[in-house]
This record gives sequence, C-alpha cells and structure tokens, in this order.
Amino acid sequence: MNWLKRRVRPEQIRELSLLVLILAAIVFFGSFIDNYYSFRTFNRIASSVAIITVVAVGQTLVVLTRNIDLSVGSIVGFTAYFVGTLIASHNGINPILAVAIAIALGAALGVVNGVIVAWGKVPAVVVTLGTLAIYRGVLVDLSGAKTVTTDSLPQWLIDLPLVNVAPIGSLDIRALFMLALVIVVVFQIGTTYLSFARRFYAIGSNPEAAQLIGLPIKSVVFLAFVICGALSGLAGFMLLARFGNITVEAGRGLELSVVAAVVVGGVNVFGGSGTVTGAMLGAVMIGTLEQSLFRLGISEFWLDAVLGLLILLAVASDAVILQRLRQLWGGAELKLMAKETDSVSSEQSASPP
Amino acid sequence: MSAVGTLKSWEAMMLALLVAIIAFNSVGSPYFLSVGNFVNLFQLSIEKSIVALTMALVIIGGEIDLSVASVMGLAACVMAWTFHAGVPMPAAILAALGAGILAGLNNAFWIARVGLPSLAVTLAGLIGYRGVARILLEDRAIGGFPDWFNTIGQQALIGPLTAAIAIFFVLFIFFAIVLHGSAFGRLVYVVGSNAQAARYSGVRVGLVKAALFVGSAFVAALAGILYAARLGSVRGDMAEGFELDVITAVLLGGVSIFGGKGNLVGVGLALLVILNLRNGMGLADITGNTQNYVIGGLLILSVLIPNMWQELTNKWRGRET
Repeated sequence: MNWLKRRVRPEQIRELSLLVLILAAIVFFGSFIDNYYSFRTFNRIASSVAIITVVAVGQTLVVLTRNIDLSVGSIVGFTAYFVGTLIASHNGINPILAVAIAIALGAALGVVNGVIVAWGKVPAVVVTLGTLAIYRGVLVDLSGAKTVTTDSLPQWLIDLPLVNVAPIGSLDIRALFMLALVIVVVFQIGTTYLSFARRFYAIGSNPEAAQLIGLPIKSVVFLAFVICGALSGLAGFMLLARFGNITVEAGRGLELSVVAAVVVGGVNVFGGSGTVTGAMLGAVMIGTLEQSLFRLGISEFWLDAVLGLLILLAVASDAVILQRLRQLWGGAELKLMAKETDSVSSEQSASPP
Repeated sequence: MSAVGTLKSWEAMMLALLVAIIAFNSVGSPYFLSVGNFVNLFQLSIEKSIVALTMALVIIGGEIDLSVASVMGLAACVMAWTFHAGVPMPAAILAALGAGILAGLNNAFWIARVGLPSLAVTLAGLIGYRGVARILLEDRAIGGFPDWFNTIGQQALIGPLTAAIAIFFVLFIFFAIVLHGSAFGRLVYVVGSNAQAARYSGVRVGLVKAALFVGSAFVAALAGILYAARLGSVRGDMAEGFELDVITAVLLGGVSIFGGKGNLVGVGLALLVILNLRNGMGLADITGNTQNYVIGGLLILSVLIPNMWQELTNKWRGRET
C-alpha cells in the first residue's frame, strides 16, 4: 500500500475513477440499447467529442492558472467563419496553410485576452465576458449575415471528417478524433514533464509563492490564454470541416460545454490541479451520455436535466473522494517524512561538527 | 488610494459617463427626454435589472450564480405548465415561486453545506434547471393567461410605471438597506472579502451563503414570472443567456468579481448607463449586435482604465520620492 501511495498521486486515481465511471455508463447503456457495442456508436461519440476536447485542453491550461476563458465559443465561431470564407473564395489554398491561418487567428484573439488579463490586471471573467460579446459582435457585423455553405468548400475539406487515419480491425479512428487525441497526448506529456509547463500548476496553486520564487506570472498567464486561443482556432477549423455550413451563430454557447467538460474532468476551478487527460475524459463522459440518451430514445428534452445532474454528481463525488484520498495519502507522506528526518538527524549526529 | 476612494471614484466615473450619454442622446433625439421613452427604456430589460440586484449581493459575497436565467425560465415554465393543467393562476404563480426557492435551496445545499465551488454548482444548475423547463414544455409555447396577469406585465400601474418597474424600485431600496444598513449586509462583505477569517471569527458563513443563493433564485423566479407577464406567453428557452448580461451589469457597477467590494449605487448607475447607451444607440439606428459589443468593450475598459491610471500615478509618485 505504501509503495502504491508513493507511486501514484490521489489526482491520478481521480482520472482512473472517471474512466471507470465512463465504462460503467457504457455497460449500463449497452444493456438497454440493441447494437450499442458497435463501431458506429464509437464513431458518433468520438466525432462529437473531438472539437470540445481540443478547446477543453486550452481551457484547462487557463483554469490551472486560476483564470477562465469564456470567449472560446466566440473564437471558435470567428475562426470557423473567416477561414471558411477564405477557403470558399480560394478553393486551391494549401490545407496546411488554411489550418495555420485558423490557429494564428485564434491565437491572435487569445493574445488580446492575455494582454488585458496579464498586464491590464483585469479579472479574466470580466475580460472574456467582454470579448465573448466583442468577437461575436465583430463577426456578425463583418459577415453581413452571409453563411459559408458546404458546396463552396473544396472536396478535401468535406472529406476530412470521414478520413480513417488508423484502422484498428474494423474500428475507425477518424482524422478529427485522432487530431484531438494527439493534442491531448502532447499537452499531457508537456504539462507533466516540462519544467516550463509546470509553471501553470505552480502559479495556480499558490500565486504568492510563485511570485516569491521569481516565476514570470504575467508571461505564463498570457501564454495560457494564447494557447487556449490557438486551440480554439484549430477547433474552429475542425467545426468547419465537420459541418461545412457555418453561420455567424457557429460555436455560440460552446464555452459552457467546454467549462462543463473541464469541471467534470476534475480540473479545480480555483486553479493548480487537474490534467488535460481529465478534461478529455470529462468531454468523453458528457459525449457518451449525450449520444447514449439519444440512442435510448429518451426525449431530447430530458438531456439537459440529466446532464446538469451528472455535472453536479461528478463535482460532488470528486470533492468527497479526493478529500478522503488526500487524507489517506497525507498520512503516508507524513510517516515517510518522519523517516527521512530521522535518518538525516542520525547522519548529522554521527558526523562530527 | 484608499478602498473608499476607489469606490467613490468608480461611482463618479459611472455618473460622469451617464451624464455624458444622456446629454449626447438628448441632443441627438428630441424624443429621448420624454417620460414615455424613459419608461420604455426601463421596461425593455427590467427583468435583467431586477436579477442584477441579487446577483450583486451574491458576487459581493464572493460567489457567483450562473443559474439565474435558467431559474427565470424554470419558474415561468412551472407557472405555465401548472396553469395549463387547470390550476388557478395565483396558485400557479405560487408554484413558480416555490420552484425558484427549491432551485435556490439546491444550489445552497451543494455550495454552503457540501462546500463545492459555486461556479461548478450553478453551471450544473444553468444546464439542469433549463433541462427541467424543457421537460415541462418541450417545444410548446403556452399562453392564454388571464387578462389581469398580462395587464400586470404590459400596462402602467402606478402613474406611468409598470408593476415590474415599481417592483424593481422597491427591491432596489430593500436590497440597498439589507446590504448597506443591516448586520446581514456587513456579513456579506465580510464573507466575500475573506470567508476563512469570517469562519474563524464565528460568522456562520454557510448560512450567509445559503441565504444569498436562495434569495438570488427567488428573485430570479419572480423576474421570470414578470417576464412571462410582459411577453404574454412562455417557452422552454425563455430568458436563455440572460446571465451574461446580468453579470456584465453588476461588474460594470464596480462590484469586484473576487468579492467583498462594490455597492448597489454603483450597480444602479451601471444599469442606467447600459439602458441609456442601448436606447441612444437604438435611436441612432445602431443594431442590437453592435450595442452588445460596445457594452462588452465598456465592461473591459471600465476596469482597465482605472487600473492603468493607478499604475501611472504610482509611477509618478515613485519618481517624486
């Protein structure tokens, strides 16, 4: 048990318990729905989850630093619309260039948020509540209420969501879901092993201490917003690829789904703890429920009520379980520390001063 | 600058802005200064103004309530549903208020008793209460309320004022007294500025927070009923997205999102600024969309400019000494 406690942190068990919860939900729905264990179910859940996941990764970084970005829905809509318009008028555009433009556009909007939060010292809620309205408003004004339609887009973009990048048996891993997975893996490894990326955690868990040891708080917060914007831009491109038809309303309200995924995924809204993998699991949990309730033939009107209840239960059970685990772990750590100080003091007494 | 100084200067800033907007509007349009226009301007978003009062208290108390718009929708749907089921209107209204109190108790239980973050709980409420409203009405619209009910929402009741506007003024005075003149109000500030210190000094923090969330939901339910009376019919998506406008008004009113700072005079001024700005832009043929982002920009600038001003004066003082 002590061995286990030294290897694993309570926060990691949290993700494991969420995974168990998702599997339990799948088994539960599988016993009610015919043909539930099929690749179609998987594909449906995967493609609905991919876009939310990408934004949730960015949002996680922002929330880790004790901030929040409510403007993500508007950034997604903004980039989806403008990149869509660009591709519609220049059908021959290089796909990689188009993706790069989407990311850059999102990052630029993130820069605005980041500068005002980090250097303007305006609370993130205030800033992003404002830019939520501003980005959407500018989009509506500039668009002249026109829409991007599927038939104006080149074939490669329309086909993109159906591209099967990694066929495992007859299981398809489609391009957009693969992209989301890659992003989660990259950011998970980054935030775990790069000392640079650990700063997101350091600043969120104790800003005063982070300041005292000389961390560049402003630059790190700024960077979190820029990355969140960039990933939202990428998500805008994914939205364009998935739906083809993009109106000025695209992505409206997405911020709530993203914050819900992050919260269900166990990222602490007060900063400092949580992982991007957790955020992805949160998105998968919500996506699984949405698709399954739909398949179960439950009226769509029940969906939101169940979802609200689920978020509440996830947050509550998370808080209670984590508290218990921390107590359990805390005991072990104290014993360990006592042992270490014992050995240190005996070494000191053995060697002459 | 002392805390009192910044607060005073905030209201002075809002007041100056308000005077400028009113002056600009009355020069721009001869109809602006008429009583009719003023009542109209108030009436058009009176429900949001009412909810902003309790939202101010919640945010000063260091929490946030994202579920208010869904509670408005829920209360209106409960009222419409029970009325449609054959219950007399007054009883239906009571049921709606009861639903609001239940929603508030639910929020309060998880936040004050279990100790979960209000952002997460009320986000769940935002989705969940809206869900219950949708279950009740599905995609129907229910109208055909008694005439007296629609009259309350649409006709002038006291002089030129409608019932909703009168209720707003009564609630404004009531909550101003509660916040600035009662022991409970002091506790709200204490809990909002440092909940832990408050707990150690014997304040029943949970009880204060519970009162805030139940009050917030009750007033939201009342606003939802008034909104239904004004529109004359109820749908499941009623008042959707109102929470952002309400929070915007409160923050523009100088209430700190971190709690413990702000007052109702600032919020009242901010409401007037928003209403007059929208009204003036409307009279000048500026679309609602442009109005939205002008107010978004104003929200950011209202915090950004004083911050930068303070930074500059600090630098200036630093050079002098």
